[in-house]
Amino acid sequence: MRKILSYVVIIGFSIAIAGCGGRKAVEGDVQVEAVDGTAGASSAGLDGSGGTVTSGLEGADSAAGADGDLLGKRVVYFEYDSSLLTLEAEAIVQAHAQYLVSAPGTQIILEGHADERGTREYNLALGEDRARSVANLMEAMGVSSGRVQIVSYGEERPVALGYDEAAFALNRRVEILYQ
Amino acid sequence: MNKRMNVRDMTCGRGFLLLLLLLGMVNQAGAVLTIEVNKGIDAGIPIAVVPFGQEGLGEVSHPPADIIESDLGLSGKFDTIPRETFLSQPSELRSVQYKDWRLIKAEALVVGKVINIGNGQLEVRFRLIDVFRERQLAGQKFIIPENRLRKVSHQIADIIYQQLTGTRGAFDTKIAYVTVEGQEPNRRFLLQIADSDGYDPKSVLQSSEPILSPAWSPDGNWMAYVSFEQKRSNIYLQNVWSGQRKLISEYPGINSAPAWSPDGRSLAITLSKDGNPEIYVYNVDNESLRRMTRHTAIDTEPDWSPDGRWLVFTSGRSGAPQVYKMPSAGGTAKRITFNGQYNAGPSFSPDGKSIVMITNQGNGFRVGLYSDNDQTVRELTQTIQDESPTFAPNGEMIIYATQKGGRNVLAAVSTDGNVQQTLRFQQGSVREPAWSPFNRKL
Repeated sequence: MRKILSYVVIIGFSIAIAGCGGRKAVEGDVQVEAVDGTAGASSAGLDGSGGTVTSGLEGADSAAGADGDLLGKRVVYFEYDSSLLTLEAEAIVQAHAQYLVSAPGTQIILEGHADERGTREYNLALGEDRARSVANLMEAMGVSSGRVQIVSYGEERPVALGYDEAAFALNRRVEILYQ
Repeated sequence: MNKRMNVRDMTCGRGFLLLLLLLGMVNQAGAVLTIEVNKGIDAGIPIAVVPFGQEGLGEVSHPPADIIESDLGLSGKFDTIPRETFLSQPSELRSVQYKDWRLIKAEALVVGKVINIGNGQLEVRFRLIDVFRERQLAGQKFIIPENRLRKVSHQIADIIYQQLTGTRGAFDTKIAYVTVEGQEPNRRFLLQIADSDGYDPKSVLQSSEPILSPAWSPDGNWMAYVSFEQKRSNIYLQNVWSGQRKLISEYPGINSAPAWSPDGRSLAITLSKDGNPEIYVYNVDNESLRRMTRHTAIDTEPDWSPDGRWLVFTSGRSGAPQVYKMPSAGGTAKRITFNGQYNAGPSFSPDGKSIVMITNQGNGFRVGLYSDNDQTVRELTQTIQDESPTFAPNGEMIIYATQKGGRNVLAAVSTDGNVQQTLRFQQGSVREPAWSPFNRKL
């Protein structure tokens, strides 16, 4: 596995002077813009935690009656640096809790996530805190804790890419995954 | 901004000079690392590094003088004098014409020679010369296998750095970091170890799931990290040399944020097995666990003071993340950060007098330096998405992850904020850097 290393030293004294009318022209000098690691696919989130999501949920939807539209929602969202359930989130979680009480064999995973701001480890803890908020409400409504599994991915599995509030809002979430 | 402003900066008004020093290193896999010096100081020591003489060698792919010059230049403490201005090219002390170097205003001069002595062995000699006093400051001879030429060049740069600045150099060290390639659902996470200048990356772990928080043991022989390979955050230890690994923590909930005690016998970690994230100390020898914090808020990201007496960590107990300090023997945690609404991810300097962290004081998430002296957190960077800052083992530079041009890159900043660099990889995104301790074997 001998590497053939060609060592190219380009001591390019690109003395681009920021601020002298030239603005930020400098970064472009580097030849690496082609493959942008952060662009593209936002289809994240739901995979990785097992492909069994669909069948269980279709059953849930049809069994749900009036709560069908709430049960159809399998993601609840949070405010910045917060694990408190919003009113909307609370309604969604309650609908799922009622369904779970009526379907004793069903197991779920609550997958907590955070937006990318701040440190990864704190966000990992925050993701768990959010999933735990959801679990606590479900347990308070009679779902036995053994049926609810919690996992946090922190900021590691964003569904929306981009550094703006719209993306952050979509990433601060707990996904309710039926097994 | 800073008082030691570059002359060229001043002619240019507010903006700082962007001196691009491109160091492209291309290997078979096509990975290219680029180091840009975004900001330097002009008080650098003018130094001339003469291309080393060669005997019995073909073309050397990593000429020592190039590496030494690059190391010294990137440190921000030296002004390396362009070679095209050299009036002579001595490789021995006796052939040095001092006036040639005074004329181009070199204060220090490095000359050397690489000799092929057969059996795959090289003899490398160098001398560091004080041009004004006309005397040698340092000189050494190394006998090494051919494949160590790059490493010895870093060691020579370390010796020169120490001689001229009084501080131990950290060029002959490594950086661990995580790269991410591809897009969901086919992401590939690699834990890599490269030379301190980013050269020669070696992958020590590959996973389709996230890898977080690599931490070097104090002797540099082990790495602790968090891997999601079992679809949850667990903590592993891995021997840097053999690759032998061990799952040390897989409690229910999160297992994360490992930090080695200075004696290498314990790890402070975060576990949520007892209800919510708390700090524990795991004993590596007997695998026992000691709970350190007890609070309904998040406690995570522990680090040890270099004397082992204190733990610092991030806690949400005030309502927002802030840094707290407690005796490592157990006791009360006391909040130490009061600047801005967000301070997290603390990591001690090698001398224990300051703590680097991520701070948000209304300007975005930046590298912040907390000093014991004034007990305040100063912003060191001007970016807004900084993460994971840790010190070089000599305490001179801080490496961290940030975003630049829409890409995740590694960057380094000096503790006074005056020297800033970006390390940019061509492929994938780079994150979670951890600078190795001193370990000559590495």
